[in-house]
Amino acid sequence: MSAQTFASSLTLFVGAVLVCAVAVLWLSAVRAVVRVLAIQGLALGAVAATLGLHVHDAGLVATAAVVVAIKAVLIPALLRRIGSGDATERERRPLVNVPASLVVSAALILLAFASTHVLTHLVAGTAGSLVPVGFATLLIGFFVLVARRRPIFQIVGLLLVDNGIVLVAFLVTAGVPFLIELGVTLDVLLGVVVLMVLAQRLHHEYGEIDLDELSELHD
Amino acid sequence: MLVVLILVLPAVGALVCAAARWRPWAAWTAVGTNAAMLALAIVLCVHVVRHGAFGGLFGVLRADALSAFMVVVIGAIAVLASWLGVRTIASELETGRCTERRATLYAVLVQVFVTTMVLAVLAANLGVLWLGVEATTVATTFLVGHHRTKASLEASWKYIVICSVGIALAFLGTVLVYLAAIHAGGHSAHALDWTSLMAHAHRLDPSVMRLAFALVVLGYGTKVGLVPMHSWLPDAHSQAPAPISALMSGVLLTVAFYAILRFKSICDLSVGVQFARTLLVIVALLSLAVAASLLLAQRDYKRMLAYSSIEHMGLIALGAAAGIPLAIAAVLLHILGHGLTKSVLFLTSGQISAAEGTSKIDGVQGLLARRPALGGVFGVGLLALLGFPPFSLFASELAMFRAEFQVGLGWAAAVAMVAMVVIFIAMANHAHLMLLGPGDVPRAEATPRFALAPLIGALAVCAAIGLFAWPLTSLLEAAARSVAL
Repeated sequence: MSAQTFASSLTLFVGAVLVCAVAVLWLSAVRAVVRVLAIQGLALGAVAATLGLHVHDAGLVATAAVVVAIKAVLIPALLRRIGSGDATERERRPLVNVPASLVVSAALILLAFASTHVLTHLVAGTAGSLVPVGFATLLIGFFVLVARRRPIFQIVGLLLVDNGIVLVAFLVTAGVPFLIELGVTLDVLLGVVVLMVLAQRLHHEYGEIDLDELSELHD
Repeated sequence: MLVVLILVLPAVGALVCAAARWRPWAAWTAVGTNAAMLALAIVLCVHVVRHGAFGGLFGVLRADALSAFMVVVIGAIAVLASWLGVRTIASELETGRCTERRATLYAVLVQVFVTTMVLAVLAANLGVLWLGVEATTVATTFLVGHHRTKASLEASWKYIVICSVGIALAFLGTVLVYLAAIHAGGHSAHALDWTSLMAHAHRLDPSVMRLAFALVVLGYGTKVGLVPMHSWLPDAHSQAPAPISALMSGVLLTVAFYAILRFKSICDLSVGVQFARTLLVIVALLSLAVAASLLLAQRDYKRMLAYSSIEHMGLIALGAAAGIPLAIAAVLLHILGHGLTKSVLFLTSGQISAAEGTSKIDGVQGLLARRPALGGVFGVGLLALLGFPPFSLFASELAMFRAEFQVGLGWAAAVAMVAMVVIFIAMANHAHLMLLGPGDVPRAEATPRFALAPLIGALAVCAAIGLFAWPLTSLLEAAARSVAL
């Protein structure tokens, strides 16, 4: 792969990860959000594969396959199962509405670019210049966690945080060693399974619920 | 070989419990595997003190004095918690508050939980350490929600969401350390081994290490329950079954703190002492202040114990901030002492709430008159927790404060002492209400001696360590050397 194709395809895939994160803020139907997450998983896998082909690292290409299998196929399939109970489920009353959320996401992206120069100078080339995108995805994930109130959106927020961190890991170090990456991805999968079971129990106990209605425990 | 065996034993317990479904003999087998693990951990301690650290399982595991010490703490509390767990679950089955399927799930997850903690402290590599700590979250979420009440469901949701965010930040910190190591010329396969990181720490980029350590304190600090990332802790501890609260408060918090200690020793060598010290002093004093203010008006005795854990984690963080060998040895002694007394108290409080049917402080009165054995253990446990001699918490707190003054953190120690006085008054007041007071209700059936025996034994060990620290001295010194300044 020539340097030119490498740089432009890497930029394309990393950009896709960020676009997906912003799209989560824009959408309110659970189904659409899950589809966006699947696309983000694919883009993340493509980033790993591109880097792996560029530096001829078989481990990284294997990581790409694992990432796609879990983040683009398995986890979205799991999330769809909870959605299937109520196909029209959507976030109706977010704490921050959609236009304001998009403005916040723009601010978060600027913040990510402004605050990560400590790292970008250590990593040469295209990958280095794209590191802030990973941090932006992470920050948008945090924002989803605090600004959306349906249980499933909290799971989505956690996954965005995780995807952002995985993207940073790919870009700054071409991925942590394969076995650790495998363990991390499996852990995320297990975590999602546990969260899904809890979300179903919440649904069973309370019906349609916003998380700020949980108020059994306080001091 | 020894380290692999230690890791496999609790997992064997999990397999037995899974294969046998809920049977008392299977549960007792799990207690037995935990006891065997404790015995092997003591052998491991003797071995590393005599012959130094060694690795295992193709370099994935490594045991030095610090890891060996942590395995002993995990083993001791696992024995206590699983012993009392048999009785807790059996009585829940009798009264129909628990099905056989849930009892099996409980027994299996407890053993998985213990295994993941052992993996975390025996990991040779910061990545595997992260995997272990993350896996504890997955294993304990269902345990927190074991009672299937609305409140426990809420607690387990908060627990997994908040801790997953925290642990994700810790992973980002780990990735940044990896970046710094690769940049300093480390080989990718061993770049995350903490021995190689310690050896090359002076070459790591300081600005990246600062960012990484801040993320690690924020991330693992969430699992330690340090303020401001503590909000899951009182809910999870008050809703989980008593043996789970004992395991979480007694060891899980300090296993997460162990991770911070490992990163701190690398960070200190790379960016100097002051950075980590400032950060830890801030979270420590915040934790003490929040614990003191919320303990004053506390009305639930399980939440009282939970906030007291935040207090003690604050003290441990303050000790680690000092960083000299005396301070680290005191921190480790405090980890053991707090682990033992706090798990005894949580286990006793489980028996109290089962007998009295409430976890409100003013719902329990005259406990000492009505149930002398149970009330007595609870009272003695509280005395130990509040730092009365001869219990080891007295010795460790004293040593930590001495260390603070030696490194010029005397002001922080003074602030901590003020908070501790407030906490002392608050807890003594609550204990007075529960233990003394009018005992007009007729004397009810006492908890069997067999169930109280391990609790009394744990308190006796805690007192013995406070009186004669000699079996631990060389171990604590060796452990402190591996991470102290």
